[in-house]
Amino acid sequence: MADEKGYRDIPIGGIIVEAGNAAEYKTGGWRTYRPRVDKGKCIDCLRCWLLCPDVCIYVEDGKMAGYDYDHCKGCGICAHICPVKAIEMVLETEGAGAADSRGRFGSRKK
Amino acid sequence: MAINLKELSKKTVPLSPGHRACAGCGSIITIKLVLMAAEDPIVCVSATGCMEVVTTIYPYTAWRVPFMHNAFENAAATLSGIETAYRSLLGQGKISGKIKFIAFGGDGGTYDIGLQSLSGAMERGHDMLYVCYDNEAYMNTGIQRSSSTPFCAATSTSPVGKASRGKKQYPKDLTKIMVAHRLPYVAQASPHNWQDLMAKTRKALSIEGPKFMNVISSCHRGWRVPMTDSLEVCRLAVESCYWPLFEVEDGAWKLNYRPRQKLPITEWIKGQKRFAHLLKPENQPMVARMQEEVDRRWGELLQLCGEKAG
Repeated sequence: MADEKGYRDIPIGGIIVEAGNAAEYKTGGWRTYRPRVDKGKCIDCLRCWLLCPDVCIYVEDGKMAGYDYDHCKGCGICAHICPVKAIEMVLETEGAGAADSRGRFGSRKK
Repeated sequence: MAINLKELSKKTVPLSPGHRACAGCGSIITIKLVLMAAEDPIVCVSATGCMEVVTTIYPYTAWRVPFMHNAFENAAATLSGIETAYRSLLGQGKISGKIKFIAFGGDGGTYDIGLQSLSGAMERGHDMLYVCYDNEAYMNTGIQRSSSTPFCAATSTSPVGKASRGKKQYPKDLTKIMVAHRLPYVAQASPHNWQDLMAKTRKALSIEGPKFMNVISSCHRGWRVPMTDSLEVCRLAVESCYWPLFEVEDGAWKLNYRPRQKLPITEWIKGQKRFAHLLKPENQPMVARMQEEVDRRWGELLQLCGEKAG
């Protein structure tokens, strides 16, 4: 959360001038299950990227390039719609990614 | 109009991560698909509702396009004002370039509270697209019934108990009400069929004048389904003909998808806990009534689209 602001610091009309700044807010701490992709099976159809409700799938040069675990809420839609079953959901506590996890409640501070 | 995902992936997604929609939200997928389908610069407005609340918790916004929220009842009126200002500035030579205008509203903000402002904006003929993400109740405030809530669905204001067995009424047919406005384009879509939804968005935005799209958008909290099934439950709504995919262009009806085998309505309701009471033997007559109504509306639609009955 940004520092508390007084009314003098807020733009007139309460507008938010920085488009898409919600990305600063990390929602990865909501996750119970973590998606894990097997790139050996993945056919880069990009359906997961298209349908991810949290805009959490990276695409580089037209290829599925992994997850933004800072924001992924672990809903499992990507695993569900994957036509070749290349994505599995693993319990967060057992997932290999403890190193890049931001902890139980995510990082709320910038 | 095929959608090429590899091409599309070169562009920035107009929605940012970090919005506060529930994990697996169906409505935010609808919003994302509509935004991604747009090719020209867009300006968006949303009625009060889930999508407005979760995307714009101050001081954050998940919109990477200009966005405005005003109130529950006036998304269409607000956007019609923006569109008028744009035309005025164009005329004065103070702005150039094509801009498209899209309003979003949930079923509460569209079927109920925002209906008069929507009707007004459409009648005045503003060049805008209104998209209703229909999650079939007031989900944002705790699952109260709306005029889109299905027959027999349990909500907090149409509960299931001794005296009540869910909503007593059938849902309002809003898409048809919008067709009755004689708009150049009206369509019904579902996010599980993203090709169809995105192609319809592109088509709508390519047509000048007022357009309306009604998109079923599951809410796993309100429908009581697992979050992974958000799209699957939409698919079943289409396969059971509860939510047919069709479009009406200048009064010409066209069915966009006809299930190879129409599923019984029980296939759609059995996975949803809001209909759990319907699976009890004593409530079978209500399932039969629900099926009858679905069949009646489906039959009507087939006739309007000039399709063979069945």
